[in-house]
Amino acid sequence: MMKFIKKFYLVIIFIFLYAPMVTLIVFSFNNTKSRAKWGGFTFKWYAGLFNDSSIIQALINTLTIALLSSLIATLIGTIAALAMNNMKKLSKNILMGVTNIPMLNAEIVTGISLMLLFIFFKYRFGYVTILLAHITFNIPYVILSVAPRLKTLNPNIYEAALDLGANPFKAFFKVVFPDIMPGILSGFLMCFTMSIDDFIITHFTKGAGVDTLSTKIYAQVKKGIDPKMYALSTLIFVTVLVLLILVNYTPNKEKQRKPKGEKAK
Amino acid sequence: MKNKYIKFLSAPYIIWALIFIIVPLLMVFYYGFTDKSGAFTISNITAIATHEHSKALWLALYLSLISTAICILLAYPLAMILSHIGENAGANKDKYMVFIFILPMWMNFLLRTIAWQTLLENDGVINSFLNLLHLPALRIINTPAAIVFGMVYNFLPFMVLPLVNALNKIDINVINAARDLGANSVQTFLRIILPLSLPGLISGITMVFIPSLTTFIVSDLLGGSKILLIGNVIEQEFTQYSNWNLGSGLSIVLMIFIIVSIVLSTIFDKDMEGTAI
Repeated sequence: MMKFIKKFYLVIIFIFLYAPMVTLIVFSFNNTKSRAKWGGFTFKWYAGLFNDSSIIQALINTLTIALLSSLIATLIGTIAALAMNNMKKLSKNILMGVTNIPMLNAEIVTGISLMLLFIFFKYRFGYVTILLAHITFNIPYVILSVAPRLKTLNPNIYEAALDLGANPFKAFFKVVFPDIMPGILSGFLMCFTMSIDDFIITHFTKGAGVDTLSTKIYAQVKKGIDPKMYALSTLIFVTVLVLLILVNYTPNKEKQRKPKGEKAK
Repeated sequence: MKNKYIKFLSAPYIIWALIFIIVPLLMVFYYGFTDKSGAFTISNITAIATHEHSKALWLALYLSLISTAICILLAYPLAMILSHIGENAGANKDKYMVFIFILPMWMNFLLRTIAWQTLLENDGVINSFLNLLHLPALRIINTPAAIVFGMVYNFLPFMVLPLVNALNKIDINVINAARDLGANSVQTFLRIILPLSLPGLISGITMVFIPSLTTFIVSDLLGGSKILLIGNVIEQEFTQYSNWNLGSGLSIVLMIFIIVSIVLSTIFDKDMEGTAI
């Protein structure tokens, strides 16, 4: 009985979370622009998608900003986490506190604070300002996912590598790096996901003429969403779904390599 | 891995944090405490007392408290099922977590909220369904109730994830010991599980409360843009009226609420590294 209630509850939550996805997928095949009526089945939004240069441009912006900001944030964040692991408690705590600011502060405040920074220094709003903002809110995800891994690292194996004649550089890449790799990887994936899904901070740091998918959708809210957007997000959703299923259901060999720490994500 | 030079590797991040975290926050204070000509003033802060602004702030506080409470009620049972405390523990749970919470993030969050707009409409899918079952129709679109609904939908994962983390940290033997010593499940929950998962609960509360309090999207899309929350007011000052001073002043007021909730959370949760995500 208890088991049934648990299953039932999971199903309810699942429906709650996935009802909008199903709705959007249905919209993407709807032959009318209206969201209220079903006008028959069509593939025309999918076909039209690849001829719509402004949507493709927004997609490219979204993906390149996500990729670049995640890569840079992973690099800066990992190095910072390594350094913080070797700091005195006070300076470590201060830096950790600063790291928590973008995590805990309201996105709207982070957004406007960066907007004011660019206004104050008369920096032109555009692609670069979005990228800088995304790196800024991504770095904490990396630090918070690498730092716990470093904490549980056995310092003796690094020393052992040094004693056995490895130089610090080699010792790091052969011994420490493989151990923290899962943390780095999950930090990177978190960054990428957050960057793709971000609207609020992009909204305040973008310039005229530069759009990501989120800001493009927001601009369309008042005059009606272009159904090609539904088609595009359905494609993205299905791609990620397939990737997730592949990663999660490949047999044991893969699973052993999969970090335990990732369950938190 | 002790090496006294390694700590200098933090230089790039420290510089980055100074330029893009600390200085921007100082900018908010600079603009918040000056007027258009750059002279010192507190009128941007006291502007919160005007009827229009204070109404938006109280409504935001009220709705975000309600949605935080609903999130706790929904998330606790869910986290119990998904954490190792649930009896049928196994590798499958990690998969559930990914599918339930990470996957939806790949469908744009504006589109997800717009989808709810359609579903909740007075002649929308949900009401047609209720009609079929001869149940009374939901008239919640463009009301504060719809905003609460959207907040719960968007921010529920931020309650569940820290809760699951905290519950996973509980030694299952402690729970078994309580049961052996004769505690029933209610007692075990109140005396053992709840206190031990409190850090997760507290960080979940801040992670739901703060985005709910400050949102302008959910109220924009589901509240029919007639109901203004404090987030909407600030957003309009920045993007429509270009009144950065007033916008910053109101943000400072908003930050006071954020800081209070963060301080409250650090009192309960000293080890923030573990449960922040």
